[in-house]
Amino acid sequence: MSTRSLLISVALTLAFGSAALAETPGLGKTISEAETKAWDIAVLPDGTNMPPGSGTPTQGAAVYSQKCAMCHGEKGVNPRPGYSPMVGIKKFDKIDAPKTVTYYEFATTLFDVIRRSMPYQMPRTLTDDEVYALSAYILSLNQIIGENDMMNAETLPKVKMPNAGKFTIPYPDRI
Amino acid sequence: MRKQRGGASPPFEQVAGNGLLDRRALLGRGVLFAGAAATGAGASLASAAAEPLKDDPWSLAMGSVVPPRQEPSRFEKHVVRTLSNPNHELRNSHGRTPHHLINGTITPSALHFSICHSGVPDIDPEKHRLLIHGLVKQPKTFTLADLDRYPKVTRMAFVECAGNSAPMFSNEAFQGTCQALHGLASNSEWTGVLVSTLFDEVGLDPKAKWFLAEGADSLALHRSVPVKKGLDDAMIAIYQNGERLMPGNGYPMRLLLPGYQGNMNVKYVRRLKLLDQPAMSFYEAKTYSQIFPGEKLVKFNFVMQVKSFITHPSVGHSLTGAGYYEISGVAYSGNGRISRVMVSADGGKSWGQAALQGPTYPQAFTRFTMPWRWDGQPVTLMSRAWDESGLGQPLRAEFVANRGQTEKPVTSPLAFPNQHYNSITAWGIDSKGEIKHVYA
Repeated sequence: MSTRSLLISVALTLAFGSAALAETPGLGKTISEAETKAWDIAVLPDGTNMPPGSGTPTQGAAVYSQKCAMCHGEKGVNPRPGYSPMVGIKKFDKIDAPKTVTYYEFATTLFDVIRRSMPYQMPRTLTDDEVYALSAYILSLNQIIGENDMMNAETLPKVKMPNAGKFTIPYPDRI
Repeated sequence: MRKQRGGASPPFEQVAGNGLLDRRALLGRGVLFAGAAATGAGASLASAAAEPLKDDPWSLAMGSVVPPRQEPSRFEKHVVRTLSNPNHELRNSHGRTPHHLINGTITPSALHFSICHSGVPDIDPEKHRLLIHGLVKQPKTFTLADLDRYPKVTRMAFVECAGNSAPMFSNEAFQGTCQALHGLASNSEWTGVLVSTLFDEVGLDPKAKWFLAEGADSLALHRSVPVKKGLDDAMIAIYQNGERLMPGNGYPMRLLLPGYQGNMNVKYVRRLKLLDQPAMSFYEAKTYSQIFPGEKLVKFNFVMQVKSFITHPSVGHSLTGAGYYEISGVAYSGNGRISRVMVSADGGKSWGQAALQGPTYPQAFTRFTMPWRWDGQPVTLMSRAWDESGLGQPLRAEFVANRGQTEKPVTSPLAFPNQHYNSITAWGIDSKGEIKHVYA
């Protein structure tokens, strides 16, 4: 590069360089976090975003019979074809063992999937109390919590799942 | 073909047992063919004499109207996806790609595999929004029209369900076509906006390590993805093979994570939330994590490792007599480009190098071909691929040692005993030309 072109290039960089780096197309609409609440339903393993409310296994059993058993089977066993049982298997010593709720590493996974996806034909129609109660019922069927343990934003993320910490990660460098 | 050593013999060098020929044979050798025929060596290449030619009816009348949107010929009606849930029961649905009935590397969009966990949503693109929020400087929503104005990239990429080839975890070879075994992998040219471009637009908080991607389907299916992948090559795809995405493939927009397990490529994507931890969603915590032998549990098994399978010939075809055939198939790897494919016709005793139909793209199907002269005796065809990272497909014994197999035979392609199967596929061909799936 000649001295002259180098000088021009430096001058251009000084004039436009920093602005060009920072510039984005600037499209899309800004939105506040408050306005995202209807969609912002994911709960995290540490309990972040757990909603207010509570429920017990007994309360959950009533909701379950009415809204869940038709597909998932009474007490979480003998579900419809194409569904795997939520209750029963506790050891995952076969490569094709059904992944019951005991398989999950965090109880928040159960709460989250009920809240966002169930009932299958009418998703996001359960109240948060019902979701806590159903979570409590299914966890108690798996004998992970007691029959009278209440689940709420404090207690549910603290439930000690049997497989917590047992999962290995094959690609740690990709995280 | 008999191996000839005379000066007049055609240059078809056998490179491995049971008639595998040099991959350079038959390419651009018209002149040599003519020469070979003149010396009489061509006699072995000649087929039975053809009937005298005549005009057929379609050559004697004007054809039909040119339609606004073409459909395949009525003679191709059998080239369709196979369905796991044709009666639309309250569960997931799979449509599998008929690999044995197509060729090349691009999966026609209408035949791209689909898995929908709660049916195909009917999304109005005018009303669809992509929200990006969480650990960002400025949360924003984007319309499809907004994304169309952003700088876009076009690239090839396969998408493969983690459960593709799952019947091959069976302790006995599951009898099914390439479609039944491997139909949950497809390859397209995708056009869209890089996720990194959109991250620049909203401004990432340095604490953001993961983002969850969530769909607008009724399950609001969501998966967690490392920000690292988002900044590398992730895309919000809005075109598939030059046209808008197919509804079963995520219309109007999907996340594309080249090389990562299919379910993470969230369809109908409506939300990316930047997080400091993974969400441990149902699909990552349960469905798409795996049980390895010895009660070893595995999560975040992102990469679809190197795989290949022979599509031609394969189950569903039958060979119509001894003589020349082209063996061909697809190879791909979530680690990058395919570097080499070896083919065996004798169950793995000897191997010949297949030709790769270039250009080879990273995380995309590469078609391999191998000229073959079948002598009419029973053979076992296999392919084995390597990628540019140096990894190769494990032999079945190696794979089973690491990943296990079922105790009872798998009898349905709807059974998913486990995931991330990437060992070798073998096709056994008997002297009648009938083809079966075998383990070799």
